[in-house]
Amino acid sequence: MKNQLIKIITVFCVAILMSCQNQPELVKIKGNQIAIDSNLTKETSLEEYIKPYRNAIQKEMNRPLSYTKKAMFKTDHPLNTAIGNMMADAVFEMANPILKTRYKNSIDAVLLNYGGIRSGINKGVITTKTAYNIMPFENMVVVAELDTEAVKDLVNYLVDNQIAHPISNMQLQLKSNGELGDFKVNDKPLNKNKTYFIATSDYLLQGGDNMDFFKEAKSVYEIDSKLRNLFIDYFKKHDTITATSDQRFVKIQ
Amino acid sequence: MNRRTFINQTIKVSSLVGLSSVVHPMIWEKSYDKHITILHTNDVHSHIDPFPQNHRKFPNRGGVSRRYSLIQQIKAKNPNTLLLDAGDAFQGTPYFNFYGGELEYKLMSKMGYQASTIGNHEFDNGIDNIAAQLQHAKFDLLNANYDLSNTSLDGLVRPYQIYEVEGISIGVFGLGIELDGLVSKKLYKETQYLNPVEVAQDQVKILKQDHQCDLVICLSHLGYDYQSDKISDIKLAEQTQDIDLIIGGHTHTFLDKPSKVLNQAGKITLINQVGWAGLNLGRIDFYFSHNQEQGVKDVVIEV
Repeated sequence: MKNQLIKIITVFCVAILMSCQNQPELVKIKGNQIAIDSNLTKETSLEEYIKPYRNAIQKEMNRPLSYTKKAMFKTDHPLNTAIGNMMADAVFEMANPILKTRYKNSIDAVLLNYGGIRSGINKGVITTKTAYNIMPFENMVVVAELDTEAVKDLVNYLVDNQIAHPISNMQLQLKSNGELGDFKVNDKPLNKNKTYFIATSDYLLQGGDNMDFFKEAKSVYEIDSKLRNLFIDYFKKHDTITATSDQRFVKIQ
Repeated sequence: MNRRTFINQTIKVSSLVGLSSVVHPMIWEKSYDKHITILHTNDVHSHIDPFPQNHRKFPNRGGVSRRYSLIQQIKAKNPNTLLLDAGDAFQGTPYFNFYGGELEYKLMSKMGYQASTIGNHEFDNGIDNIAAQLQHAKFDLLNANYDLSNTSLDGLVRPYQIYEVEGISIGVFGLGIELDGLVSKKLYKETQYLNPVEVAQDQVKILKQDHQCDLVICLSHLGYDYQSDKISDIKLAEQTQDIDLIIGGHTHTFLDKPSKVLNQAGKITLINQVGWAGLNLGRIDFYFSHNQEQGVKDVVIEV
């Protein structure tokens, strides 16, 4: 009995000694990284777990929303293109009713950016995937209220760049020397007593693509819709997309 | 009980321990008493499937179920392994657009992640969505420099957590990037950003002094390094002490090897970041030994 007690206490003491006096110290650190590639097999149970999610996404992505007879690429024409016009017109058509009901104002024009057209659209069926391809980012639609001076800066930006930034409800005519000949917004010349409601993306509003004139916005109205979702709704509304390059931004040769 | 016997027994045992500790390093040069493996990812951005075969930069790279195979292989060799993530698990593929982060958190739970932190993209569907998705997380979401007390994350996010692995206590805390200008206020709501350096110093004090942690790890979404004065992992390491390892994110930085930075105590703080999209798994091994010889205090760092 006595021996047993000593044994127990001894074990206890060893444990204390090990933990107090002999807590091991850090002596070496090794670091590296391992590539995740096809040399590794796919763990089966996880793969099975992912499958229904993947299938549901694929099904939704392949859902037909609309149709186009022609392929559309942002490089089709120099100053305005079918795909860019379609995108800017879609923003005008889908966001204007929201601005009207929510803020009692109307969109005067739309400006997006050429770089923001992330893919072309092939001829044939337009699916949810198409909307993800042309707009993979999460940017929101916003409306900036600009005074005449800021709108002039916007026009100068387009004149200086001479690339097919998507616009809607604006007309720019350049002279053969590249200078601005004529400009209309909402079919009218600029009126210095009016402010203009320009729909765009939150990326450009924050000065993306050096569109600094948006930083001069007197107010900003949130539409609370992602650009991509707006395009999806636009495709659902129109069973055929017939957008073409037109006269909204041209250079007189 | 005979007190003399007790003391004798104790001395015998302690001298035995003493003897073995002297002999031990000479006989088994390459063996260590304890070995902890830290595995880590950052900025996975909803990349659950590998990149497609025709991807320009990363053809057929990445993929969650491959990562899980690798984790299982490593754990089979060393069960004393922690699996950590440095934020931005959300956003980047339709998995996020369709399910709002649910699948990302479910898979991290299944793979056995212990902790992650809040990246700026975690806010992409709003702070309330983070709170909602946490029901799918069996890991800790750690952040110490966001005051979340007036948000839906109040009580759901801890500043730090201590993990006991094989008798080694590992303190892990999280740091997040300044949200103003990066994330819309509508999304982060009443989250208050606190100075990461000051917060880190407080966290280290709690973990190292109050809780006597053997290792302190920071899960940081501050970013690796900037040209500007903006706080980064490099600056954090330089301006603090007693952080053994910063697992970084946000800048999608690929490092050839973990960075060694001299900290305020003149010791090395390691920083590692493994790119993004689950292309790589970071691995840091910590080896511990009993009774180091006097004077041999420097930790050997093999990177």
